[in-house]
Amino acid sequence: MYQQVAWIVSIVLIALLAIAFFYVVKHSGREGNGAAVAAATGRWRGRLLWGVTLLSIPVVAYTLTELPYARSAIANLGTVEVQAKGYQWYWEISQTKLPVGKPIEFQVTSADVNHGFAIYGPDMKIVTQTQAMPGVVNVLRHTFEQPGTYKILCLEYCGVAHHSMMTELHVVAQ
Amino acid sequence: MNMQNEMPAVGAVKVYAAISGVVILLMMLFGLVMRMTQGQILPIEPNVFYQLMTAHGIGMVAIAGLGGSAVMWHFLGKYVNLRAGFAWANLAFFLTGVVLVLGGIFLGGFAAAWTFLYPLPANGMGMWGKHAAAAYMGGVLLVGVGMLLFYLESARAIIRKYGSFAKALGWHFLKSGQDAPPATVIASTVVTIINIIAILIGAVILTMMLINLYVPEIAIHPLLAKNLIFLFGHVFINSTIYMAVIAVYEILPKYTGRPWNVYKPFVWAWSATCLMVLTVYPHHLLMDYAQPLWMHIMGQIVSYTSSLPVLALTLTATLGSIYRSNIKWDLTSALLVLSIFGWSAGVIPAVIDGTIAVNQVMHNTLWVPGHFHLYLLLGCVTMILAFTNWIANKEQAAGFSGLEKAMLWVFAISAFAYALMFLLSGQASVPRRWAVHLPEWLAYSQVASLFAAGVVISAMAIIVRAMGGIIRPARQA
Ligand code: HEM
Ligand SMILES: [Cu+2]
Repeated sequence: MYQQVAWIVSIVLIALLAIAFFYVVKHSGREGNGAAVAAATGRWRGRLLWGVTLLSIPVVAYTLTELPYARSAIANLGTVEVQAKGYQWYWEISQTKLPVGKPIEFQVTSADVNHGFAIYGPDMKIVTQTQAMPGVVNVLRHTFEQPGTYKILCLEYCGVAHHSMMTELHVVAQ
Repeated sequence: MNMQNEMPAVGAVKVYAAISGVVILLMMLFGLVMRMTQGQILPIEPNVFYQLMTAHGIGMVAIAGLGGSAVMWHFLGKYVNLRAGFAWANLAFFLTGVVLVLGGIFLGGFAAAWTFLYPLPANGMGMWGKHAAAAYMGGVLLVGVGMLLFYLESARAIIRKYGSFAKALGWHFLKSGQDAPPATVIASTVVTIINIIAILIGAVILTMMLINLYVPEIAIHPLLAKNLIFLFGHVFINSTIYMAVIAVYEILPKYTGRPWNVYKPFVWAWSATCLMVLTVYPHHLLMDYAQPLWMHIMGQIVSYTSSLPVLALTLTATLGSIYRSNIKWDLTSALLVLSIFGWSAGVIPAVIDGTIAVNQVMHNTLWVPGHFHLYLLLGCVTMILAFTNWIANKEQAAGFSGLEKAMLWVFAISAFAYALMFLLSGQASVPRRWAVHLPEWLAYSQVASLFAAGVVISAMAIIVRAMGGIIRPARQA
């Protein structure tokens, strides 16, 4: 979902920017009143700064309300705990058959270098991810809504066979 | 101190510009080969792909640094007394470093990506050895030392002329409204401050990793290492744009007849940037869940605020300075205006990706090269090309031939479309840094390769033409 939002928002804003450039370049020829243009530039500067600020505050505030970081303080009864460890160049996952609709806690780490633990949905879009770092356990909580075959892809470059570090998770209805 | 007479800085700047042009072209070719490999148009082995990826990454970052410093040196030198010896010393370190880096990569097989993320350089798994990693990291360290000399010299010269950094940043002007320093001096001072800090941090982590290569018992905490590497990397690459944009501040007024005025918000914006650019890097670690929560939140908030001020002011001032100005269009002025579009456009997907919720599904996908190719290729490198062209034309406006217009449009459209293909791929969850793509992703890489070829051809035409202008007078002398 966020992929689409990010893409559409980016394209729309970049298009607006392009329109502004085309407009100004098109009207760059005939010399106008310098003082008037300077005053207008000042107004646009204000509009842009205020506009972006007023737009950003609610966006930042809203998006900060749902952070992915699991806090250990939250007790999760009925959580399925899964250990995932990255190696050059394969994954070792304690359990790959997982229930749908139940909170899963992935405890992700690495045996050697940094890897990226990304869960891809059956449509091959990223569902969620965290880093797999040696000496560190990153706790990733996720509840699968749909049964199906999910893939784990390595999303942190880890050497020559990085792109073949793939495995599967099977999410099944109970 | 008449070094300037013996070795005119103009000479160094020309050499910088010429080297930048050649290296940019070569690295673009590497980029084209990579994208074609991902599209399975070329049969390149993964180990070679990752070597090219490492070379392209470090090569482009370093050359953006060199090209940017050529711009800064050239224009800052008009206000303060820079000693040309330092420009040559920087170049000597740069070239020695480059030899080591290239040796490490193409002779030693080193391919841990330009970001040398700890502890990958020490874990080549037979693909490269300790010495190759040491050559690479030692080379990067040398490039850094050269740059450090360069900034220490600019710091010295700025303080000698203006008395203090505070004055060169224009803080007195905020109070009194008098004696604003030129935009070039403000930008150069900010870059000098942040890059001295960043390079020192880079030097610390590189030295630690070099020691660790040979004495593995002296281990580094991987999360600390990652923080240091990205603090260094982020500030360094950001600074390349902040140096290169000086070309817009200095050259565009020659075409529009409207001076680039310094007013209070401009001073505020640059000083704020000085702080924010140093605290924004945690947005590279948003998927490191073990990182303290406050750093994640700071990473997101500062991502939204840090690029905004300077960019918004530069963007509106650029548009305002060309609107009804009777601007004279030639390749230089067109590239300058294009570069501000590329920079602004790139910041949009960058900020969006700095949102934690988005980063969770976009981190390390091709979305990331998507945004930075917009503001490095269509922003920073476009500024450097404009500058190269400007000095090739002996710092004068020139004619705008039909061929040049065509090349400019091919460049603009293909670079833009090329970057959009990265964004589109990222939106489809295609990972970055994958030598071999899954069948369903091939079409993206194939279409992108077409645009990449357009960039290479048009950039080659622009660079070769400028090279002619730069080298010719030197030969006569
Ligand atoms: C013709 C122009 C260019 C082409 C075809 C090109 C192509 C590429 C490709 C295919 C990648 C690897 C993407 C992946 O992760 O799979 C890449 C990465 C990169 N490019 Fe470019 N590029 C071009 C211009 C530039 C410019 C002008 C810069 C900077 C000044 C630049 C800087 C980088 C950097 C820093 C990386 C990251 C390397 C890494 O992930 O380790 N590129 N480029
Ligand atoms: Cu990997």
